[in-house]
Amino acid sequence: MADGSTTSRPVRETSRRRARRQKQASTLIEATSSGWKLMLFKIVVLSLLCATAVYAALVLFMIERWLVGSLVIIGAAALTWIYLKRGVLPAKYLAPGLVFLLIFQIFVVLYSGYVAFTNYGTGHNSTKDHAIQAIMLQSQDRVPDSPTYQVSVLEEAGELLTTDQLYLAVVSADDEILIGSAEQPLEPTDQATVEDGRVVAAEGFEVLEFHQLLERQTEITDLSVAISEDPNDGYLRTQDGQRAYVYTSRYIYDEAADTMTSSETGTVYRDTGEGAFIAEDGDQLLPGWRINVGMDNFVRAVTEESIRGPLIYVTLWTFAFAFLSVATTFALGLFLAMVFNDKRMTSRKYYRLVMILPYAFPGFLSALVWAGMMNQEFGFLNNVLFGGAAIPWLTDPWLAKISILIVNLWLGFPYMFLVCTGALQSIPEELSEAAQVDGAKPFQAFRSIKLPLLLTALAPLLISSFAFNFNNFNLVYMLTGGGPRDVSAGVSVGSTDILISMVYKVAFVGAQADYGLASAFSILIFIIVGTISVVAFRRTKALEELN
Amino acid sequence: MAVTAPGSTLPAAAPAQPSGPESRRWYRKRTSESAPLTRRPFRKWWRETGWRHLVGAAVVVFSVFPLVYVLSASLNPGGTLISANSLFSNVSLGSYVELFNRPQQPYAAWFLNTLVIGLSASAGSVLLGALAAYAFSRMRFTGRRMGLITLVLVQMFPQLLAMVAIFLLMMGISEVFPGLGLNSQIGLIMVYLGGALGVNTYLMYGFFNTVPTSIDEAAHIDGAGHARIFFTIILPLVSPILAVVALLSLVATLSEFVIASVLLRDPERQTLAVGLFQFISQETSQNWSVFAAGAVLAAVIPVALFLLLQRYIVSGLTAGSVK
Repeated sequence: MADGSTTSRPVRETSRRRARRQKQASTLIEATSSGWKLMLFKIVVLSLLCATAVYAALVLFMIERWLVGSLVIIGAAALTWIYLKRGVLPAKYLAPGLVFLLIFQIFVVLYSGYVAFTNYGTGHNSTKDHAIQAIMLQSQDRVPDSPTYQVSVLEEAGELLTTDQLYLAVVSADDEILIGSAEQPLEPTDQATVEDGRVVAAEGFEVLEFHQLLERQTEITDLSVAISEDPNDGYLRTQDGQRAYVYTSRYIYDEAADTMTSSETGTVYRDTGEGAFIAEDGDQLLPGWRINVGMDNFVRAVTEESIRGPLIYVTLWTFAFAFLSVATTFALGLFLAMVFNDKRMTSRKYYRLVMILPYAFPGFLSALVWAGMMNQEFGFLNNVLFGGAAIPWLTDPWLAKISILIVNLWLGFPYMFLVCTGALQSIPEELSEAAQVDGAKPFQAFRSIKLPLLLTALAPLLISSFAFNFNNFNLVYMLTGGGPRDVSAGVSVGSTDILISMVYKVAFVGAQADYGLASAFSILIFIIVGTISVVAFRRTKALEELN
Repeated sequence: MAVTAPGSTLPAAAPAQPSGPESRRWYRKRTSESAPLTRRPFRKWWRETGWRHLVGAAVVVFSVFPLVYVLSASLNPGGTLISANSLFSNVSLGSYVELFNRPQQPYAAWFLNTLVIGLSASAGSVLLGALAAYAFSRMRFTGRRMGLITLVLVQMFPQLLAMVAIFLLMMGISEVFPGLGLNSQIGLIMVYLGGALGVNTYLMYGFFNTVPTSIDEAAHIDGAGHARIFFTIILPLVSPILAVVALLSLVATLSEFVIASVLLRDPERQTLAVGLFQFISQETSQNWSVFAAGAVLAAVIPVALFLLLQRYIVSGLTAGSVK
């Protein structure tokens, strides 16, 4: 204190301290204010969420989806509770991801399980009511001598909350104005203006002008409006948007007996519990509808020769493909990693840069490019590298398999190289030096010291690489399309198809989609992959290390 | 699984060369035992490093020739599959121009769609994954271990296994909300986000664990709340893993075919993977050059990102993610 020469320093220090305090105070204020902002943000987001949920639930309740609607409400309520309640911190952080995980990963797996027990697919994708309606619609004939109705084509007025559905308006014989659409039978209305026996304006609707009629001609000719709730009464259809005639179906639906009767042949089609109306001679009326078929899809996959053969074949190839892919890419990657893991070689990073290219190039494009290069007639491989030979790279059942492995080697070795390099560099050099001092040859030292260490370090990666290749859809589908096709098979599969591409083909390629069977195959993959991962994780003890 | 791998292999794998020799170069040059490379006789050089260059040359040819081929094909306007075989016989950008003038194949739209879908899905994945990883790494709650195990297992089941169910679910949704169901890009992004937690959380969790908890505690004592700690302290510290996850999920989304092809029907709404595949299956070999141009353009972004961020990617790969 007595030291006069240093008086300026405490002053400076106090001012600095004050500055720091001010800074602290300002951060505190900022903290509290940003708390406010956070709260506001929270409230805005939550209210948006709730509003959307209520809207969604209302729409769902309107179409009588009670279960889904109430789940939406419950979910929104749970989220609101989580974010408004103090505490429950982990839930606050996990909830956003969990919502998506539950719907698009967990639920869809369970749903696959459900679909696997149905006959869902082309011709069986709706309810029985829809099927009846569709059968009545697709087999219509004009009633002979039926009167001509003057009609107008309408659409819903306004922009919001409207569909682009078309409506027919007609004036009946007793001067009643009726409006109906494809989904709604004719209903009387009194809020419409009629001129010359034709509706020219209607409340909530716009009458289509002539040029609009021309624009939407196919829609208009496809439109058929039920005359009443009973589909047997017939439908109004128009070719030109001006005159309509009564059409009736060739089939008559008997609601009491639950049968369809053909008015031409008199054949009776019954609902025999197989999801369609079936005549005595086995003739089916399509579309049918969706029913639960129990284990049928699984039984079919195991007993029907035309499915069982390909399924076994595809499963074996899937395993072979996944295993060989991992083995070849790992072998090449490890070899290269060892070759380039030498400090005396100063140019390794350039090699690495080039080797990363196949990995960086998007996989689906690589497969498409290779497919072009392996083309038998025009491809680069045959025409340039093999001097005009006609090697059937992608069209011979066995060669196609080898081609797939070659391309996968090209795609996958950089990954294995990178991983192996990382793992090699983490193994201390002293170990092999010590072995060499003890008289081990370099290869011996590698085999009994480095390799085991490498394999333990890389085992989890090799497992996930196996799992990845097990479902390497892109490569197979883009390179060979699963082909060459096996013509004897009852489902569309080829000799390079793996399980996942088979699922895709059964469900989405071709005219006949069979979602039930495809889901049954998916369940099979789930079981296989699940078993492999449980065994693998047991072995590597990876899960026990979790804490 | 090597939980600590991101932290430990990052320095080990990549910057080993710069930190070692470079810092000591001035010293090395003056000593007599330096520069063994140039002084070695040829046979010794060959035995020690020469043959490695031979292997390297073979690998470079193997890695690069399909890429050179597609680049050459793209520069050959009007070229078919067969005329693409004479490399660089004709160099012009005509196919790149034609690519954007084909009404049946709206390449520009595909490109934009892919970017929008990829960027939103990867940003969303990073956010959702980081939130969950923070919870698993920093909080102790009942079901935590179970949750982690579940995530590791879920990782083994890619979403495409349930493609049929996803399609049917989206079909159901589009009956009620057409904007979110089939043919909707928002719907597709939501489906991709469903896979986010399973794929990324575990990877991030490992990295979050390498950030000392004392940092959180210090911030907590200074009065920061959990959200503030997460957003302003932890996230910047874990940014390398965020970059890796963002890049890997971006690249995965760009190449995703199954779900995109099942959900997006309209050519205007499709992604590059779906569009280019249909392009090539419709006109196999006639427009090979245009396809090649499309492929080159589509690959530019992922390849550039990979080369720029390769240091981080290597660390991310060794931590357990697979392309």
